[in-house]
Amino acid sequence: MANLQEKIARLFPEASFEEADQLRVVIPDAKLHDLVKTLRDDSEMQFDYLVTIVGMDWKTSLGCIYYLMSTRSKQIISVKTSTEDRDNPMLHSIADLYRIAVFYEREVYDFYGIVFIGNPDMRRLFLSIDWVGYPLRKDYDTNPELNPVSIEAERQSDFTYQWDQTESGEVKRRERRIFAEDDFVVNIGPQHPATHGVLRFRTAIDGETIKKIDVYMGYIHRGVEKLCEDLNYMQTLHFMDRLDYFSAHNYHHGLCLCIEKAAGIEVPRRAQVIRVMMDELSRIASHCLFLGTFCMDLGATTMLFYTLRVREQILDIMERTCGARMTFNYDCIGGVMEDIAPDFVKDVKELLAVIPKNIKEYNKIFTGNVIAKNRMEGVGVLSREEAISYSVTGPSGRASGWACDVRKTHPYSIYRELDFKEVIRQEGDSMARFKCRIDEITESARILEQLVDNIPEGEYLAKVPKVLKLPVGNWFQIVEGCRGVFGVYIESDGGAKPYRMKFVTPSFTAACVVDHITRGQKIADLITIGGSMDYIVPDMDR
Amino acid sequence: MGNEQYTIDNFGSWTAALDNMLNNVMPSWCATLLECVLVGVGLLLVYAVLALFYILYERKICAWFQCRLGPNRVGPWGLFQAFADMFKMLIKEIIELKHIDKFLFALAPYLVIIASMLCFAVLPWGNGLQIVNFNIGIFFLIACSSIGVLGILLAGWSSNNKFTLVGALRSGAQMVSYELSVGLSILTMVAFAGTMDVNEIVLAQKDCWFIFSAHIPAIIAFVIYLIAGTAETNRGPFDLPEAESELTAGYHTEYSGIHFGFFYLAEYLNLFIVSGVAALMFFGGWMPFRVEGWDGFNQIMGYIPSVVWFLGKAFLISFVIIWFKWTFPRLRIDQLLKLEWKYLLPINLFNLVLMVAIVMLGWYIH
Amino acid sequence: MEVKQVTTKSMPYDAWKDNEYIEKLVQELRDSGTNVLVGSLDKLINWGRSNSLWPLTFATSCCGIEFVSLGAARFDMARFGWEVARSSPRQADFIMVAGTIVNRMAPVFRRLYDQLAEPKYVIACGSCAISGGPFRKSYHVAKGIEDIVPVDVFCPGCPPRPEAMIYSIMQLSRKVKVEKFFGGVNRQEKRSEFFRQHPEQEALYNPSLPDDADKCD
Repeated sequence: MANLQEKIARLFPEASFEEADQLRVVIPDAKLHDLVKTLRDDSEMQFDYLVTIVGMDWKTSLGCIYYLMSTRSKQIISVKTSTEDRDNPMLHSIADLYRIAVFYEREVYDFYGIVFIGNPDMRRLFLSIDWVGYPLRKDYDTNPELNPVSIEAERQSDFTYQWDQTESGEVKRRERRIFAEDDFVVNIGPQHPATHGVLRFRTAIDGETIKKIDVYMGYIHRGVEKLCEDLNYMQTLHFMDRLDYFSAHNYHHGLCLCIEKAAGIEVPRRAQVIRVMMDELSRIASHCLFLGTFCMDLGATTMLFYTLRVREQILDIMERTCGARMTFNYDCIGGVMEDIAPDFVKDVKELLAVIPKNIKEYNKIFTGNVIAKNRMEGVGVLSREEAISYSVTGPSGRASGWACDVRKTHPYSIYRELDFKEVIRQEGDSMARFKCRIDEITESARILEQLVDNIPEGEYLAKVPKVLKLPVGNWFQIVEGCRGVFGVYIESDGGAKPYRMKFVTPSFTAACVVDHITRGQKIADLITIGGSMDYIVPDMDR
Repeated sequence: MGNEQYTIDNFGSWTAALDNMLNNVMPSWCATLLECVLVGVGLLLVYAVLALFYILYERKICAWFQCRLGPNRVGPWGLFQAFADMFKMLIKEIIELKHIDKFLFALAPYLVIIASMLCFAVLPWGNGLQIVNFNIGIFFLIACSSIGVLGILLAGWSSNNKFTLVGALRSGAQMVSYELSVGLSILTMVAFAGTMDVNEIVLAQKDCWFIFSAHIPAIIAFVIYLIAGTAETNRGPFDLPEAESELTAGYHTEYSGIHFGFFYLAEYLNLFIVSGVAALMFFGGWMPFRVEGWDGFNQIMGYIPSVVWFLGKAFLISFVIIWFKWTFPRLRIDQLLKLEWKYLLPINLFNLVLMVAIVMLGWYIH
Repeated sequence: MEVKQVTTKSMPYDAWKDNEYIEKLVQELRDSGTNVLVGSLDKLINWGRSNSLWPLTFATSCCGIEFVSLGAARFDMARFGWEVARSSPRQADFIMVAGTIVNRMAPVFRRLYDQLAEPKYVIACGSCAISGGPFRKSYHVAKGIEDIVPVDVFCPGCPPRPEAMIYSIMQLSRKVKVEKFFGGVNRQEKRSEFFRQHPEQEALYNPSLPDDADKCD
């Protein structure tokens, strides 16, 4: 880390460094692009994975924090830049360096109104065109009369904007068409069985072949990040159940880890084991549902009912311990809410006994089917480089050959002690993504087997002050959700409520990559690809 | 041909008696008119009841595959579920759309339903239980069943909706292609039977069903027919025109109320027709199962009414087709066409030649 | 004509939680006193309608997953004949609003409701749909769907258990059973009733679909 800091300081004398849990570089906007380019391309650094762009409003200035990770050294670095101009804030885009940055920057533009010079698609992402104000700014006017719930169809534009900087430093706006003028554009969604929720694809097709897809999000954007700023840390936890409702435990785990790191709370060993077991149980349940819904999308409805059988069994286990079927709210700061149910160990053992049998059955019904093979093999191929550039993590990224499992790259909790394999495939097509998930069920079952007899006795909840206040500072924590890397960024001003909370969700990137990998494929492949990316819409919209 | 052993349930004699009676009490034109009305009413009734039965049949079977119970609240074992659905569909609002071709939009469901109804006319339901019997019955059947695609194309086009249009185009490509396979595999069997008369085809299978007597080519033809027939009826894994996860509801997305009900019923009726034709061409129509030499067994089989034989066979074949739907994933449009033009069609043509050779050389079971 | 107590198979009348509402409807029916012929036809049609409620495949968030569970083998809504989930709103009977409706979704949802064929019903499923739930204070969430469409049944929970969903659809089925069909569940009347309760919506109401109707199915 010290080497890195020296090197950056040598190359960029303008840069200054801040205290944070990762190395943080503060750089003026003019040098940002150069710095990020160097970080990405320098052979010693190779920060080729853009984890997220956190938009920030520091009241006096607006800005962004870029979290970069090196896929080789696994090191994380953050870059901070800001602008004083609140009326017309502009920063330079890094969209040409990371393909996902186009969307991350659109998100920041949507929430903070920061225009990125050079981004080819500067539209709002979650909110409608006519939305008044930028909601995550601290001075946002929450008056509902400004933005009423209307039943009139929202205005729609076929154009997008790009801001360019000329040689002389002047910034100009130019209009761009989203689709070509004679494209046959079909609207798929927001209410469409294939989109798994309310996601909208405007799809230009030529016969049955897809020419381009324009993704519209925000049909379930609930403003969780803004809501968190008005709640204390304990209260923010319950939103984690409702982002990606399949990885409720994992997301809880991530947020708890971040807060515990900030507050310096030691979690009892028993709680850690229970948390990991719950994580892996929900991973199995989530992948089971994926297998079912994916097959249903392809037309094989019956598979869903077989996979849901295992899921129901897991939900029973969860219900006995957590008291709910879906929104558990189980992990809490310092441990877990309740001790495990008396039958927990027995139930998990029963589950582990049936899983291999069921996986065999699934493979028999579906994986070996010749139609299924034809539908999935070679469809929606995503190469390793593209997966990294688009930040597609989780099983989808691993199917492209990218070892991105946080449980291995940045082991948290007790994962370092556990013996399990990271499932990686090289093909990068829908079949690989499908098989990856089947294999992950087996690996999760292996983890459970190691833990089920070794739950240590002791406390399940550490002593935590009733009103938790975090010191001034910022923290970033990533964990492995069921769909990929889930990140939490907390910035605290010393109060009982977070100053800013940002969630990095894997479904967001999975949906953004759909346009890229569906081009030239058939309409039916859009369903295969969308299904195999396994995105959860509330997770991406937040 | 001697069919005297089936006199117990020879409907031919009953209808002849009725015809005689009517002719005795009223002028002949009047009798003919009355008979036509009777047949029409009977056909509609059978049509409706069969469609409702099939709706329940599929729902129960699919529930069984999926470890569920299926409808069981309305009436005993959910028997009246389909009736409740029908009542509801009848009174649902038929939404009037703007910016559409109103005439074609309204015409389409009727075309679809008429196509399947016409096919009913030549199906041999039982011994002598056939509405019209003429010497090109099979030809008529194939011709009628292809009217259906017209209705689907019209429905998709006139709805003025992009989803329905894509659905209609898919179904046009699909049905025109698979019509070929259906036709050719039936032609293979016609070549074996030597006649297009439905009744004669059935009687020719008195001692041995075609699937046994014409062995290998008949089995090949049956498999191809089953695949192509499933595609003809737009059922899974060939349900691309109404692929739920891709095109919401395909060509009938914009239809509501009883207009949608027509499409819904026609789908099941077409399923029955495809199964019925398969039973007719390969499994002896209403002929009972007979084994040469087992006289006692044959006699018992002969006691089962011919209608039961025919319906039983048709339902069994439908079961297989329903089984396909709930097990297999859907094909993609290019794979679908590839399957037809690159595999089924050449095999079919070869099979036809094989059948002709077998007939010429007499290598079949006499 | 006498209207009997409304219940369903294998569920005694007293086991229902809110009979007052249904009794009010029954009282209205008794008071209006239709003749025997129309009354029995009504009964027949209502029997059909109440036993054949087809949902629209519509889910925005967590509750939608419980709706999937509802269709699966353990809860099996097919028993009641509700499993024919239609993807096209024209063919569905009711919307189970499973999940949050946000500002951007509201017009789409309203259009979906408009596209349903009469007689149509809405079940607000889960606390988000009822009041905005945990997201009530958000800048981008509708505070209950009642501002957008008329609701027939509310089903509380976050998300409601599948059993609760079954109960709510059974309540809807009970409601359908006691409705007057002829001259009752009639499109014009229902619309005017809605506008009486929500006068502000009348100005926005436009009976014709916009020209780009197919863009937003």
